[in-house]
Formats: sequence, C-alpha cells, structure tokens
Amino acid sequence: MPRLRLAESSLLFVGLAFCTRVAGALSGPAQAPISTPSIFAPVSRPAVVIDAYAWLVVAVCGVIFVLVAGLLCFALLRFRLRGDDDGREPPQVYGSNPLELAWTLIPLITVFLLSLVSIRVVGELQLETRPPDWMPVTVVGHQWWWELHYPELGITTANELHVPVSDPASPRPTFLNLQSQDVIHSFWIPQLAGKMDVVPGRQNHVWVEPARTGVYVGQCAEYCGTQHANMLLRVVVHTPEDFERWARGQQRQAVSEASVAEGRDLFLRTACVSCHTVRGTPAAGRVGPDLTHLMSRATLGAGALRNDAANLNAWIQSPDHFKPGVHMPAMGLQDAEINLVAGFLATLK
Amino acid sequence: MSSADLPLHASVEVPPAISWTDRLHGWVATVDHKRLGVLYVASGLVFLLVGGSQASMMRMQLFYAGNDLLSPEVFNRFFTVHGTSMVFFVGMPLVIGIANYLLPLMIGARDMAFPRLNAWGFWMFLFGALLFYFSYVGADGLYGAGTAPDVGWFAYSPLTGKAFSRGNSTDYWVLGILVAGFGSISAAINMIATTLTMRCRGMTLGRMPLFVWMMLVVSWLILVAMGPLTAAQVMLLFDRFLGAHFFDTQAGGDAVLWQHFFWFFGHPEVYILIIPGFAYASEIIPVFSRKVIFGYPVMVAATCAIGLLSLGVWAHHMFVVGLGKGVTSWFVVATMLVGVPTGIKIFNWIGTIYGGKLHFRVPMLFCTAFLFQFLIAGLTGIMLAAAPFDWQLSDSYFVVAHFHYVLIGGLVFTIFAAIYYWFPKVTGRMLSERLGRWHFWLFVVGFQLTFTTMHAQGLLGMPRRIYTYSADRNWEIWNQITTTGVLFQALGIAVFVCAIFHALRRGEPAGDDPWNAWTLEWSTSSPPPEYNFAEEPEVKSRRPLWDLKHPDDPDWRHE
Ligand code: HEC
Ligand SMILES: [Cu+2]
Ligand SMILES: [Cu+2]
Repeated sequence: MPRLRLAESSLLFVGLAFCTRVAGALSGPAQAPISTPSIFAPVSRPAVVIDAYAWLVVAVCGVIFVLVAGLLCFALLRFRLRGDDDGREPPQVYGSNPLELAWTLIPLITVFLLSLVSIRVVGELQLETRPPDWMPVTVVGHQWWWELHYPELGITTANELHVPVSDPASPRPTFLNLQSQDVIHSFWIPQLAGKMDVVPGRQNHVWVEPARTGVYVGQCAEYCGTQHANMLLRVVVHTPEDFERWARGQQRQAVSEASVAEGRDLFLRTACVSCHTVRGTPAAGRVGPDLTHLMSRATLGAGALRNDAANLNAWIQSPDHFKPGVHMPAMGLQDAEINLVAGFLATLK
Repeated sequence: MSSADLPLHASVEVPPAISWTDRLHGWVATVDHKRLGVLYVASGLVFLLVGGSQASMMRMQLFYAGNDLLSPEVFNRFFTVHGTSMVFFVGMPLVIGIANYLLPLMIGARDMAFPRLNAWGFWMFLFGALLFYFSYVGADGLYGAGTAPDVGWFAYSPLTGKAFSRGNSTDYWVLGILVAGFGSISAAINMIATTLTMRCRGMTLGRMPLFVWMMLVVSWLILVAMGPLTAAQVMLLFDRFLGAHFFDTQAGGDAVLWQHFFWFFGHPEVYILIIPGFAYASEIIPVFSRKVIFGYPVMVAATCAIGLLSLGVWAHHMFVVGLGKGVTSWFVVATMLVGVPTGIKIFNWIGTIYGGKLHFRVPMLFCTAFLFQFLIAGLTGIMLAAAPFDWQLSDSYFVVAHFHYVLIGGLVFTIFAAIYYWFPKVTGRMLSERLGRWHFWLFVVGFQLTFTTMHAQGLLGMPRRIYTYSADRNWEIWNQITTTGVLFQALGIAVFVCAIFHALRRGEPAGDDPWNAWTLEWSTSSPPPEYNFAEEPEVKSRRPLWDLKHPDDPDWRHE
C-alpha cells in the first residue's frame, strides 16, 4: 500500500512537469495567444533563467524524494508484522551517533550548495535601476485593470503591453516600473518573468526580454478585491517593425469620422468623460482605461470579455453583468444611445 | 497485545445518576483539563466541518470554467472565512485541546498548573470564533444584512483600510482572532508552567515524552509569535477607527509593514500547527513499530532548532514584494536551513520503523501516509524557499497545494492518527478498525486527487483566490480532478463521524492500555478519573510502562 502511493505521487509529479514542458513546447504558432501560460515554457530572459534554475531545484528535490521515499517503502514492507510472528518485542535500538551525524551533514551540504546557486540567480535577475538603453514602461495597477505608460514614446494604454522582440544581435529589453493606485496587485506573465508585487507607495521593478513574438497572457496574482479574478494582462511581443507601427498608431490622436459624430457628441455629454480619456477630444478622465485606441485591444474589462462590437454594446449597457463589482457604473442609457456611443467607440482604432 | 496489570491503576468509580442540567453545568463550569481538552477538540472538529463545507462550495464553483454557482463576493468571503477558520478555529483548538488532555497525564500530573486560566482560555477561543462567525449576520451593524470578511486570511493592507473595506466585516476578522489569540496565549503559558513545574517524581526534562517536549516548544512559539499579530491587529483597529495611518498608504503608511508583522506571526504559526503533528507521530510510530523512538536527544534538539529557526524565516512569504537582493538571499538560506532539522526528524522516524514489527492499525496507517505526504510538503517547501522559483510559484495554486500538504497531509492526518490512538483513553471505547480503514483510504485517495493535481494549476499559471477562469485557459480538467477529490475526502469524513458515534454507543471496551503502549497516560483507567492518578507515579526512564512490562531489560539501563 505505501508502494502504491509512492508510485502514484512520484509519477504524477514527474508526469506533470513533463506534460507542462511538452504543452509549452507544442503551444502553437507565434501569434496565437497562449492562454495556459506554463512556467516551464519560458520565452524571455528572467523566466528562462528561472526555468533552468527551477529544474535544478526540482532535480535535487526529486533525488531526495526518491531516496527517502524508497528507504521508507523498503522499511515499511520489510518490517511489517508477519503472519508467523512470535509475539516478542523486536530489539530496541536507541539511536546511532554516526547515522545522526550523516543525516545532519549531508542535508547541510546540500542546503549550502543550493543556497549559493540561489543567491547567484537572485543577483542576476533582480535589477533595481534601469540600464540606460532599456525601454521604460510604467505599469499602474488599478482595481481591476492595468494602466500602461510609455514615457519615452508618449503612449498611454491599458491591459495590453506591447513590446518589441529582443534578439541577441540587437537586444531590446523592456524595464517595467510597477506602481499601484489603490491596493496591492501582482504583475505576473509566467512565460516572461516571475511575479513582482505592485505595491502602493513603492516602486518595484521587473524586466522582460522576450525572444519570440507572440501573445502571452498573465493576470494579477495578489488578491486585490472583488474582481481579482478578472484582472488579466496580455503582453504582445512584436517584431521591431511591427512594434514601430503599433507605437506610431498609438501616438496618434483619435480621428473622428463624420458618420459617428452623433455618437461622439453623446459620449462627450455623458459622464463617461469624467472617467475616460479619448485624446483629441475633451474627454480626459483618469479613473478608467484610456479609450483613444480602444479597438486596437483584444479584450474589454481586463480580459473579462472579447472586444467586438456586440460585446462593447453589452459592456456599456451593464459592465456589472460581466464583471460584478466593477468600478464602472451602468450609465442607464437607452438602447439607441448605447448603439450611438458604442458606434463611436468602435471607430477608435 | 494484552495489558499487564499495572500498579498505578486507579479504582473505577460508578458515578451516581445526574440530570442533564447538572451535566451541562458540569461541562460549562469545568476546570478539569480533560473535559476542557474534549471541549476544545469537539469544537475544533465542528469548525472543521464548517470550514470543509466552505472549501467544498469553492471547489464546486471552480469545477466548471465560468461557473456562476457562487458570486465573486460570496466566493471571496468563503476563502477568507475558510482560511481563517482552519488556522485559528480548527488547527489551534485541536492542537491545544489534544495537549490539554494529554500533557498532564503524560507527566503524571493531576491537572494543568492553572486550571481556571485553562477554562478561560477555552472560552476565549470559543467566543472569539463565534464573534468572527457573527459577522455573517452582524457585520453591517444594525443597518443591513451582514457580510463576512472578504480580505483573505492574511488580510493584506491597504485592502483592509477603511477606504477599501467598508462596513465592519474586517473588524470582525480582527476582533475574532484577537479574542481567540488571548485564549491561545493563556494556553501556552499554562502548558509551559505545567511542563516546567508539575512533572512527577523522576521525570527529568530528559525523560519527558517527545510529545511533551514538542508541545513545550510549540508553547514558546505561541508566546513569541502571537504578540506581534495582536499588536498589528490593534494598529489596524487604530487605522480604522482612530485615524491612524500605520498601513494607510494614501497617507504615507506602509503596506509592507503589515506583511512583516503578519508573517512574523504567520510563519511560526505554521510550526505551531505542524510540530504537534510531529508530536503525535513521535508517540504513535514507536508504539506500532514496537520500538523505542530512534535518537531521542536528537529529536529534542531538532525540535528546538526548528522552533528557533522558524522565527527567522518569515519574509519567505514576501519574496515577491520587492525585498532587495540582500534580504532575499538571507531568507532563502534561513528557510532552506529549516529543512535540515526537519529532515533529521523524518530520518529518525524511519530509524524507528527500521527493524521494528509494524502493526498497521488505523493510527499507524495515518502516520504512514503522513510520512510520505510530509516528505513531499517539505520538498515543495524547498522549491518555494528557492526565491527565484518562488517568483513563479508564489500566490499560485502551487502554494495552495504546498500548504495543504503541510496542514492536511501533515497535521490533519496526524490528528486523525491521534484521535484513533487516544480515543480509547478518553472514552474507554475503541473506534471501529473497519470504519477507520474506510475513513483512511477514502481520505488518502481524496487528498491525493485534490492536492497533488493542484500543483499543476499553479505551474500552468493559475493564481490563487480567483472565483472564475475562462474555458480557453485549459485549467478546467485539472480543477475537475481537484474537485472530484473533495468528494472522496467528504465521504471519508462522513465515515469518521459515523465511527465516532458508533464507538460512543457500541464501541468495544478499550481497557486501560489497548495498544500495549509505554507512556504514563496508559497506566491509569480509561477514561481517567478526575484526579488522573490515585497516587503520584514515579518514573525511572522515558518509557515507564516498558520498564514495568520488561523488568528484565528496562529502558533506564540504556538511556
Ligand atoms: C465612474 C467611472 C466610469 C464611468 C462614468 C465610465 N466608466 Fe468606463 N470604465 C471605468 C473603469 C474603472 C473601467 C475598467 C473596468 C475594469 O476593467 O475593471 C472602465 C472600462 C471601460 C471600457 C473597457 C475598456 C478596456 O480597455 O477594457 C469601456 C469600453 C468603457 N469603460 C466605456 C465607458 C463608456 C462608454 C462610459 C459612458 C457611458 C463609461 N465607460 C463610463 C470607469 C468608468
Ligand atoms: Cu489581484
Ligand atoms: Cu513560512
């Protein structure tokens, strides 16, 4: 019976690590979003280093597990009470100093070596200041969405971080300053970097240097209130050319098409503007996400639903339906008015 | 295994028939450490059922992607109340209660050093717990329906500030734990005083059962760790009611300060809960291996080392808060070091088993599972201690898996072992071996299904405390296995409840010493009389009953 449990747990453990590896390796073409972000399928430097280090730790622990569990299984099977027992007590052994010394020293040495490796990796990955040529991005956590600023590019957006791919010939790492507007959140894109808390009143940092284009999904990892579950963040890694194109698009002001002038006016007359910014219009609210290029984003409500015309309508009508507790109120507009407003927003590419 | 007729035997009394009001009064007004122990354990088990039901509801919610069985508000309250209950109102009373019952018996004393303080401690715990649960009806005062706290069991600021947590639910969280905490502190003082001053003749510190040693270390840890928590809670109340700004980041307070306070308590708390598990295992494994514990002095030293080290590792819960390289490295090394004395214990238990004659009765079955599960828990603990690895694992389901391996795989399994082992002493009746085996196997299977798979969700990027996830994240299948395990665990618990009622009504009489054991509690009658021992026992070794049963080869010749 103990043998069964050992087999079961060790198999599961090994199998699991293996599966996540394979899943990572197989996970689709570059542009398809990988929505199951295995930490064992890293594509960017902190995560890649962590991955190698993690496997070392798993290996050390695995060896310890096999040895100790094996010994335990052997003892349990070998010394179970036999049918032909004579009823006498077994010899009483009170201890053994050499053995105690052995199983104190060997673990001590293991811990010592593992500590050295760990300290080295910590030193390698934790950066307190931005190296001069790295692109800075400020990430502001809000209940329950992410605000993103590119100070050098003059871009403000939300819930979708765009960065250029970095290759060894021309490295283009991104350095993220993490700030919070309200409570503690945690920035976590498993395939790019380990997590780092976003703490109000503090500046934390994390950096990424993705080696592959694609879309990588992560979400807030520190419980931050009612909608902690719907605080996703997508990182889109572009080729350098695509990144320039994206940045130029984001730098533009919103262009107003005449066909949606009515919707635009309605939007500007409603309280939407006290919470949202649309650059190029008087709307300059800072409570909610910048909507200037809303339609360039894949989701609404920090990943709560896909961004398309129908969902946009539904969201404006009742954000609470998709994200109960959300800090955007239903504005009580008529259906026709919602269509007009949504029609306007749908042009904000 | 037949019991020898022992000279320390107390005479059996037949109590006169009494009315139920007298009996109730007897329980409410009691200062007898045994009755208080039973009260502690019984209330702990009731809260275990309550906390378990909350967990089952959460698991049902997560069974399907995008499920809407529970609203986010209800879900967030459940995980807060579940976590808080399991630590403060299940773990603590069970651990303190079992010690309360056994500690005086094991050292040959007639009661705890401060019997009335003992009763006070129990009622503080119970009313603290009830105050906490009262939030469900009273958290918004008289002005509306109540809501339970929803800030998570470690209640990170500034989420607990007035700005983000309106109403009074957080205050119930603070006050409930504060009140129960006074109970724990008084219990700790009592256990230390009892152990240091009330041991029977001949019981030097070096002859105390390991159980007593370990509870002594636990008591010290409670004393050291509970203070900072209480202080932090009072500071939080100041913030919420008196306009202080300790943790109020919008007015220059520090969110991380709370974490230091909390985890300075929170990490030792883990050991406050798991060392008693070691204590039960250290009594049960030798008896069912029919061998003396291997390396007694080393076990004592390892326990003290764990106690000391556990006070210097708290920030490993904060590796992702941005500690800086130096602090991170320190806490990596310190945390990994705890693995050494913990490993020593596992090796000594194996040493005890090795060369013995293993009787796989129900208590031993639970201890066996404990050894494997605790080994895994320790190793995933090393992974979490490895800071860069922890940057990925922290706050994910991997952590949830890890600490349930510790607290269920380690503590709850040994508590079940302890209940099957000492129930005969407490009630005079045996728990059914057959039902016990059903309980064990259902629970083991359920536990593995639930918590082994949980590691996977964590590695696949699923954070803890989310009430929903979308189907395209491919977490559903893992969550379904996890939830299926809950069913088995629940069945196991149902069998356990049946076994208890069955035993109370129709259990086989146990006799004084059903397991042919060696410590003093087995020398008196089952259940023991109010005064425990008719005359003060005298011991010459760590296993006084072994000496009696084997006058030809007593222990004191070898110690
Ligand atoms: C009280 C402030 C407030 C008002 C008024 C408000 N919003 Fe919002 N809005 C928010 C917040 C906060 C969010 C982010 C919600 C989240 O994801 O948790 C949001 C999100 C959105 C989004 C999704 C953006 C994205 O990238 O995910 C859209 C679209 C939107 N609002 C449109 C509107 C429109 C149209 C109106 C007026 C009818 C409006 N909002 C009024 C606060 C507000
Ligand atoms: Cu969050
Ligand atoms: Cu800890």
